[in-house]
Amino acid sequence: MTAPTNSTKVRGETILSVDNLVKHFPITQGVLFQRQVGAVKAVDGVSFELRRGETLGVVGESGCGKSTLARLLMRLETPTSGGATLEGRDLFKASGGELRRLRRNMQMVMQDPYTSLNPRMTVGDIIGEPFEIHPDAAPKGSKQKRVQELLDLVGLNPEHINRYPHQFSGGQRQRIGIARALALKPEIIVCDEPVSALDVSIQAQVINLLKQLQGELGLSYVFIAHDLSVVRHIADRVAVMYLGRIVEIGTEDEIYERATHPYTQALLSAVPVPDPEARDQRNMIRLVGDVPSPADPPSGCHFRTRCWKAQDICAVEDPATVPRAADPHPSACHFAELRPTTPA
Amino acid sequence: MTHSTVEPTPASATPEGGHLLELRDLHVEFRTNEGVAQVINGVSYHLDAGETLAVLGESGSGKSVTAQAIMGILDTPPAFVRSGQILYRGQDLLTQSEEQRRQVRGQEIAMIFQDALSALNPVFPVGWQIGETLRQRAGMSRADARRRAIELMDLVKIPGAAKRIGDYPHQFSGGMRQRVMIAMALALEPKVLIADEPTTALDVTVQAQIMDLLADLRRELNMAMILITHDLGVVAGVADRIAVMYAGRIVEHADVRSLYKAPAHPYTKGLLESIPRLDVRGQELSTIKGLPPNLMHIPSGCPFHPRCPYVQQVCVDVVPHDLVLGDGRTSACHFAQEVRDDSAH
Repeated sequence: MTAPTNSTKVRGETILSVDNLVKHFPITQGVLFQRQVGAVKAVDGVSFELRRGETLGVVGESGCGKSTLARLLMRLETPTSGGATLEGRDLFKASGGELRRLRRNMQMVMQDPYTSLNPRMTVGDIIGEPFEIHPDAAPKGSKQKRVQELLDLVGLNPEHINRYPHQFSGGQRQRIGIARALALKPEIIVCDEPVSALDVSIQAQVINLLKQLQGELGLSYVFIAHDLSVVRHIADRVAVMYLGRIVEIGTEDEIYERATHPYTQALLSAVPVPDPEARDQRNMIRLVGDVPSPADPPSGCHFRTRCWKAQDICAVEDPATVPRAADPHPSACHFAELRPTTPA
Repeated sequence: MTHSTVEPTPASATPEGGHLLELRDLHVEFRTNEGVAQVINGVSYHLDAGETLAVLGESGSGKSVTAQAIMGILDTPPAFVRSGQILYRGQDLLTQSEEQRRQVRGQEIAMIFQDALSALNPVFPVGWQIGETLRQRAGMSRADARRRAIELMDLVKIPGAAKRIGDYPHQFSGGMRQRVMIAMALALEPKVLIADEPTTALDVTVQAQIMDLLADLRRELNMAMILITHDLGVVAGVADRIAVMYAGRIVEHADVRSLYKAPAHPYTKGLLESIPRLDVRGQELSTIKGLPPNLMHIPSGCPFHPRCPYVQQVCVDVVPHDLVLGDGRTSACHFAQEVRDDSAH
């Protein structure tokens, strides 16, 4: 597959750069004269870079802002502040034809394969719809052939082009969603929880398909998930989000073997490991309480209310996501250290 | 929990040598307009006092329907129990009257569900909902029921129970709602708790809290627990024994350690190899090819044969019976010995 317009394709160069992205949803009061009484800080200053051909995993619990981040990147939401550049062009300033070209380059795979496909459209129409919006992507008369190629690419039978979504299983529907995302030959695919609605045996098939497509087409993924085991398997680099912020970011190895942020350490220790022998040997960190409301996050470090290391400074000073003495990858903790000290 | 006024059921003693709860060759079918789906096809398992049995399976394997049959809350129609026995302390629940089953439900066997938000009534305060069981079934006064509801909320570690008793379900977080539902299930001090995917809708840090709570409560109250889940990680953490279900059958049954060490059914083996693991790096994920069967047209012979790497002609022709492998392990596979030896290294 050839990607549109770009001249040089160097694997490893930065393709998407996100700078201090903020999205606050206003909370209003009053019927006629609405006034803003607060804001849900869904995404509160997120920066990262995505390189060509790599997978960036974004993990976090519900309400941490990872899906809002995906919607921002797709320009389904307008950011409150901050910016992003895709191949050097401003993602949020583009409009009209330029926006259409940018969107072509970045596509999305949704979580729920049952609601993200129109039940009244055939698979051919669903996968072919992007060509109606971008007629130049498929020369006249070649649409059907392209759709069949795409079906074949994601491991579905090309003869099933006239079937409807309900005739497919969950895993097959997710493949249809992936085929639709691939239709315009994008370079970046934002995957928002692409396998969390699937059974274990089907989940592995879809993960393997995503990896295989990445190898063949040189795609870059932003892979959003709550399942840390899945992310470890597919991601090259991982960003951990908590209450709208990235608290730690690094290579797969840095996050899973050398995490320095207490939230990452707690998250990792809470993941159930399918090995009964490890039952009593694991050093468990049990967080107390729930994630605070993003409408009213704690002052300073957002995690301090659940953190066993919290000191006075954590309530006052917001820790930056910068390299720490414990390990050179960025971590947003004043007391970053490699070995987790177990909470008292 | 000593001051309950709940009367003991007639058959309160387990017969000598019998199990607390035992399913024998249970068959359940769904009769729909499109045809008859064989959802449960001869499930047998047992549960002893104080132990945790995990029932593992993917969607459509029949794990939840089995639990609904035990509780007597199947949706009839379309669901019908075709044959089989569900013995609780030696008495067959399926032959009992609705009134007798009502006495067992809640008081002897209680159940918690995956989605606490839809299991709780949104228009009543949680304290009232926990107390309802106590008023209706244990004949408590409103004041007594309220006091007991606060104790139960304390038991499941809801902070500030006395203050939160008047709150409505939507005012609680997901993890706290799950605790409310656990408190309701424990109100009549059941001997068996069935937990149907209790943590599937929760985040990992909250999931860990709830699994710890369930394990502690089971020990404290000396309950037996049936944990229904699709998550091999959760099972490894808490279960004593596992029954793996596929297409309405139990394909493998073993104690938890030997099953993870050397699965003896190709389906279990495939499942274990297809999950990405947090503690293993750079592994290649193997997959189970194909899809689970349509329950209206279950394949002949072994229902797993179209997806199985060990398949031979005998698998297509003959339904495999449980092969006893020693240590109480069984596997419904013609090549169980071979599969286990392959998995062992």
